[in-house]
This record gives sequence, structure tokens and C-alpha cells, in this order.
Amino acid sequence: MRKLIDKFVFTICSLSTVLVLSILALIIIYIFANGVLAINLDFFTKLPKPVGEDGGGMVNAIVGSIIMVTLAALISIPISIGAAIYLSEFGKGFLATIVRFLVDVLAGVPSIVIGIFVYTIVVLPMKRFSAIAGALALAIIMIPTVVRATEEALRLVPQTLREAALALGAPYWRVVLEIVVLSARSSIISGVLLAIARIAGETAPLLFTALGNRFLVTVLDRPMASLPVQIYSYAVSPYDDWHRQAWAATFSLVIFILLINLSVRFFFRTKE
Amino acid sequence: MLVKNRNMENTSLESKEVKEVKEVKESKENKEEAKNLKVEVEAENLNFFYGEKQALYSINLKIPEKSVTAFIGPSGCGKSTFLRTLNRMNDIIVSARVEGKILLNNQNIYAPNVDVVDLRRRVGMVFQKSTPFPKSIFDNIVYGIKINKLANSRTELQQMVEQALKQAALWDEVKDRLNDSALALSGGQQQRLCIARTLAVMPEVILMDEPCSALDPIATEKIEELIVELREKYTVIIVTHNMQQASRVSDYTAFFLLGQLIEFDETEKIFTYPKEKKTEDYITGRFG
Repeated sequence: MRKLIDKFVFTICSLSTVLVLSILALIIIYIFANGVLAINLDFFTKLPKPVGEDGGGMVNAIVGSIIMVTLAALISIPISIGAAIYLSEFGKGFLATIVRFLVDVLAGVPSIVIGIFVYTIVVLPMKRFSAIAGALALAIIMIPTVVRATEEALRLVPQTLREAALALGAPYWRVVLEIVVLSARSSIISGVLLAIARIAGETAPLLFTALGNRFLVTVLDRPMASLPVQIYSYAVSPYDDWHRQAWAATFSLVIFILLINLSVRFFFRTKE
Repeated sequence: MLVKNRNMENTSLESKEVKEVKEVKESKENKEEAKNLKVEVEAENLNFFYGEKQALYSINLKIPEKSVTAFIGPSGCGKSTFLRTLNRMNDIIVSARVEGKILLNNQNIYAPNVDVVDLRRRVGMVFQKSTPFPKSIFDNIVYGIKINKLANSRTELQQMVEQALKQAALWDEVKDRLNDSALALSGGQQQRLCIARTLAVMPEVILMDEPCSALDPIATEKIEELIVELREKYTVIIVTHNMQQASRVSDYTAFFLLGQLIEFDETEKIFTYPKEKKTEDYITGRFG
């Protein structure tokens, strides 16, 4: 009887694992199958053709995504790492607990809510959708992930390393910035990269902040295209060629995110 | 029994050195103590608490300068805690509280006007686990020098690094690869690097918290030789679990038990004619 239960539990767990893996495998196979056929050089180099015409590409969305994700990273990384340093090195007691709780709450806020929030405080006063609003929404989404990853990384730095630096006559702030952060750098970088991979695929917060644009723009106070939004609008369109291009965009986005995840695994996690 | 005999041999060998050191000191003559040695570190009625729990009970101790003092005692007896009160490393533990005085060159380091950062430069520390920074060998040594602004030029900096590595008997092993990561060194080399790093900021006192307990016998031997050499210039205080080590390297030994200083005397005396029954029980291995 005992052996029977043992087998039963083992079977259930194995089946669940297979199910999880097969879902992922199905998604990736499906995207690859559709994407490989749909992708071509034009996709990366040409602007969208006028509505109804076949051909063209998504260079506007690719450039837009790169600009907004970079900007979001530039905004959120210093804030997040600063907050993480506070939480791990300086924050003791009640205030730190509150901050940690709020960061968790922020991580749980649906991304569309963050989109609406940025819409209210940036888009409405500016009276225009803009890349900066989109980047801001992405930055807010990125913050909690980076804060928690960085805090974890800093906490893993052995206490004796801090003490060793203090024992050399280093003031605490220098110990933190020069020794602790340096020791945790690979984990911090991988945390940041994973957060970037996450926001690169965000659609909802961009829908009513950056909106989208059929032309190539590099000015930050204008509406800007992005891959996820373009995928969304092409996928719901009635044109077959747009569906094809949506697959191509999905394919390249997934490849990008996979590459980031893999590079994190191989370059920054080798020591652990 | 065998062990005890070996102790006696070691200590009798060392006693010559101890006497020599004493003679040098006597010429300087500083009559603060009956033994005519200048006191570098002194604890006056020191009590220490972790929150409600008292870890040290009215410790009184005078440690002479330019000597090696070993703290021995079973785990949890407070020897590491006491060591860490000497450079106020316990300050970073939130619940820690100190009563009483620690005098460094007759100055109370717990006085309100003391600059803790400067104090820690004067009282260096080496830890049980080697703690190289994730930088190059060169930069590991440079870190403390730069922070304390001890070098005025690039050449001076290089000289100081070389000197520190030589003092720690590491120079010959690393001089061709100063720019390699310190993490690539062996455990014993890392520990000597940490000692070199400490020496580079020119401390007066060096605290060592079980510096050899993670090392193999050969690396341990090198560190011990180093400690004996350091006595020429520095006051060394070492916490050790290894009584043979205490008898090999130290001039003075303090025996701690349950947060109390049971006995403090010349190492030779502690290991041959301890005054206290508890000390004798411990060094003969009856407990601990």
C-alpha cells in the first residue's frame, strides 16, 4: 500500500512536470513555426506600408522598443539599486518593513493600472501620447523586480566582507558602494537583465502611454511604436499580411527574451 | 600527556624569545606595569550585552605592546566577542551594548569623541574566513591605502603595496600576477593577502579571529611564522581554538570561560603552571 501511494504521488508530479514543459514547448514551437516563415530582411529594415498594401516591415517598432526599454532601464536602475541598498544595508526596523511591503505591492499591481496611472499624470498634462510616458510606465514596472533582485544579491554578500573593509578604516558608505555592490555585481546584472526581458514584452502599459506610430520617430515627446503594441494591433487586424508580420514580431521578441535569459544563465550564474 | 610535553618544549623554546623582547622593552622602561612593558590595549571592567543576554562579565586585562596575545577558551566563551570590542566591530550589531572601557594607548575607544573609522584603521582585523575583495591582488592592498589617503603618488603606492606583500611573505608568490583576481589565490594565500591588506594601512594593533582554522597545516605554518614576525612591529591579538597554536605563537595567553576572563599570564606559565583549576582542566583537555 505504501509503495502504491509512493508510485501514485510520483506519477502525479511527473505528469504535472510534463504538462508544464509541454505548454512551454507548444508555445515556442508554434511561434517558431509561424515566425520563421514570416520573418525576412524587410521586417527589420522597412517601415510599415500604407494600410491594405502587402510587404513592409516594423523598423519603427523595433527602434521604438529599443528606445523605450533603454530609457526605462536608465530611469529605474539607479532608483531601484538605491532603494535596494537602503533596504539591505541601512534600512532597519519599521520603515524598511514598510518599504519592502510597498515594493511587493507595486510588483503585484497589474501593468494596465500602471499604464492608466502614467496616462493620468503624464499623458493628460502633456496633452499627447509620448515615448517618455511609455518609458516611465515600463520603468515603474521594472522597479520592484530590480529592487528585490538587488536586495537579495546584496544580502548574499558575506557579513565578514563588510567587516573586513570596515576594519581597514573604510566608512560604511564606501564599503557598501565599493565592496558590497562590487561583490554582488553579477547577480545584480542578471536581475536587471531579467527585468529588461520582462518589460520588453509589456503591452498594456504602452497602449495608452506611447500609443504607437506608423512612422519611425526618435523624438521622446511624440507617440512611439513598440513591438508588443504593434503585435497587438496587427494581430487583431483583418489583413493576412499583417498577421504574418505579427508572427514575425512575436518571433523576434521571443528570441530576444530567450537570449537574455540564456545569457543570464550562462554568463552571470556560473559561480553559484 | 604527550601533547602537554610538546607544549612545554615549545614554550621553553619560546621563552627565550619572550625574554629577549622583554629586555628590549625594559630599556624603554615604562613603569605602568610590574613587568615594565608598555600597555597597548587595556580593558577596564568591560561588560558586553547582546540585547538582554550578557556575553562578557567585567573583563580586566592589560595587553603589552609588540607582543602576541592568544585568547583561548571553548566555543561561545566570549573570546571572539571580546576581540571584536577592541575595534568596535560589534557596533554594527544593532542590539549590542558595551559597558566599561577599552583603552588603546590610554585613550578610551568608547569615549563619545572617538572616530570609529580612524580607530578601525589603527586596529586592523583578520577574519576566520579569508575575505579578499573581488578585485585584483594589487587593488586589494590599494583599497585601504587609498581610503586612508596614505600614499601621495603612484610610485609611493606601488612601494607600499610591495612592502605590505613582502611583510606578509606573499610577494614572491604573487609579484608576477598582481593584476590577477585575488579570488584565484589559494586559501592560505588569500589569508596572507588579507594580512598584507591590513598591514598596508599601518595599524598599531592587529586582531586575528581564528585566522588558520580554515587552512591546511602547511598554510597554517606560514601564517604562524608570519605572526611571530609581526610581533616586531605590531601588537597582535589572536583568537584560536588550537591550544598548540597558542603555545607556539603567543607570548601571553588569556583563558576565557562563559564570558569571564579566568586567567591571563605569560603563555609559558599558563601552559605549565596555570593558577586556576579551570584553566588546567581546559588545557589538559578535560573539557572544551
